[in-house]
Amino acid sequence: MNSNWEIVIGLEIHAQLATSSKIFSGASTAFGEEPNTQACLVDLGYPGTLPVLNQQAIEMAIRFGLAIDAEISPRSVFARKNYFYPDLPKGYQISQLDLPIVVGGNMNILDGNGNEKIIGITRAHLEEDAGKSVHEGLDGLSGIDLNRAGTPLLEIVSEPEMSSAKEAVAYMRKIHSIVRYLEISDGNMQEGSFRCDANVSIKRFDQKELGIRTELKNLNSFKFIEKAINHEVMRQIEIIEDGGTVTQETRLYDADLDETRPMRSKEEANDYRYFPDPDLLPVIIEEDYINEIKASLPELPSVKKERFIDSYNLKSTDAEVLTASKQLADFYEAVEKIANTESQITANWVIGDYTAALNRDDLEIKDAKLSADDLAGLLNKIADQTISGKIAKEVFESMWRGDGSAEEIIEKKGLVQITDDNEIENIVNQVMEKNPSQVKDYLGGKGQLLGYFVGQVMKETKGKANPKKVNDILKKKLK
Amino acid sequence: MSLNKEQIKYLAVLSRMDIKEDEIQDVVEKLSSIVEFVDQLQAVTTDGTEPMAHPLAQGQRLRIDEITEYNERDKIQLNAKNINKGMYLVPKVID
Repeated sequence: MNSNWEIVIGLEIHAQLATSSKIFSGASTAFGEEPNTQACLVDLGYPGTLPVLNQQAIEMAIRFGLAIDAEISPRSVFARKNYFYPDLPKGYQISQLDLPIVVGGNMNILDGNGNEKIIGITRAHLEEDAGKSVHEGLDGLSGIDLNRAGTPLLEIVSEPEMSSAKEAVAYMRKIHSIVRYLEISDGNMQEGSFRCDANVSIKRFDQKELGIRTELKNLNSFKFIEKAINHEVMRQIEIIEDGGTVTQETRLYDADLDETRPMRSKEEANDYRYFPDPDLLPVIIEEDYINEIKASLPELPSVKKERFIDSYNLKSTDAEVLTASKQLADFYEAVEKIANTESQITANWVIGDYTAALNRDDLEIKDAKLSADDLAGLLNKIADQTISGKIAKEVFESMWRGDGSAEEIIEKKGLVQITDDNEIENIVNQVMEKNPSQVKDYLGGKGQLLGYFVGQVMKETKGKANPKKVNDILKKKLK
Repeated sequence: MSLNKEQIKYLAVLSRMDIKEDEIQDVVEKLSSIVEFVDQLQAVTTDGTEPMAHPLAQGQRLRIDEITEYNERDKIQLNAKNINKGMYLVPKVID
């Protein structure tokens, strides 16, 4: 990126809360149902209906606030944000303006140089989601599905304190991890449960005031956020360096074309005429209730990471990877408990082969056939030297496909490691007899040929010989 | 405070109301008189009084998170003029 320019980014993250019912009605929030089968009279804004606030949404917002060291407002107010759009039946969205439920807070991220950086969080407020529009296959009309209307959202607003697209992604990943730890959102970005808008501006390094910002809407993958922001920064730099000025506007990112373009209809409508919703009384939150929720919070990623480093002696980067997701951290600890391999070796397997297999097959941990017990069983076969680490990878793939336990597969395929000194010595002798010229070269000083001999022994034994013993015996023999 | 024509036109856009040119003067006068009526409140001394948006001095009652409303699409859509594949149809709106 151009070094004359300082980039300023603030994010507004929308996390759908994992309640069963909507924030103001008793309709289901399940994803993917037939259009409009989960939109009741309250969601449709019928006259005479009234919103009734969902307690679980309040509790989830408080959990989030406590996790980011924010203040929980003892008195919080809902307001109407007025605008017209077909997917918003009431003509207003119930949101919060002056007295949001969560105020302040902060989040640690690693910046581009791997240093800790604190990103301030301005506020997080509760609001209802709107419906969805479909534009294809309806004879030039738009179809409105209001199943999503009224789904609770927590909008998390950061300070404009990120200075690169990478930092913005790191921050968003951190928030994603936290909401999943807290089990307040499933964080499913494909289904739109976790999405963000980015406010982006640039200024010269010596310039005090912020530049004119644009807002990038509805970024719903980590990859897109990074690309969209980088693209928008380049666009703004070009405009200003050509002597122009950036227009304050809302832009949509088009992933197919890798470009942003202005949204058409919103310019005039940015006058939302907020006012307190007379249908909803202020929400009063008692100190006792907050303390009760505080006591029930799970161990959060930053704390867990430190514990993993202390208790298991893991590398910091590995502890970071393992604790980014609660599911992966729990899985690691379950394996670690049973496996007799060193903690770091166990971690390598969980981060390496296991995670790679999950990604390859696009599976969640809960859907994989291989359990923590299974993996621990395999690692124990390495620990007691039944098989080598290399053979273990083969057994792993077989287990992953569901061929049986480590024990069964090793038995069935005859993969038991050869550790008997005499047996290995015999094979070493054979290999030396077959390769007299290489033996001569080795003895003549070509020490790097040792690897060749190890390879030959492994080939003879189909990889089953204990590598350490092969090395030792070869060195002893080749003198 | 009285309103002017431009403000009325802007309000009409925001509230999606089709106010004809020959109606505007009438609306200006009527809305202005309402705003002026509300202006009387400015005369009241409110120093030290907390703003109150709700007439009840109590907190919001909360609802337990459970599903109580089920699919009534067929009944509800009897009120809609134009539906297709379970969706309400509207003139094409794309952002």
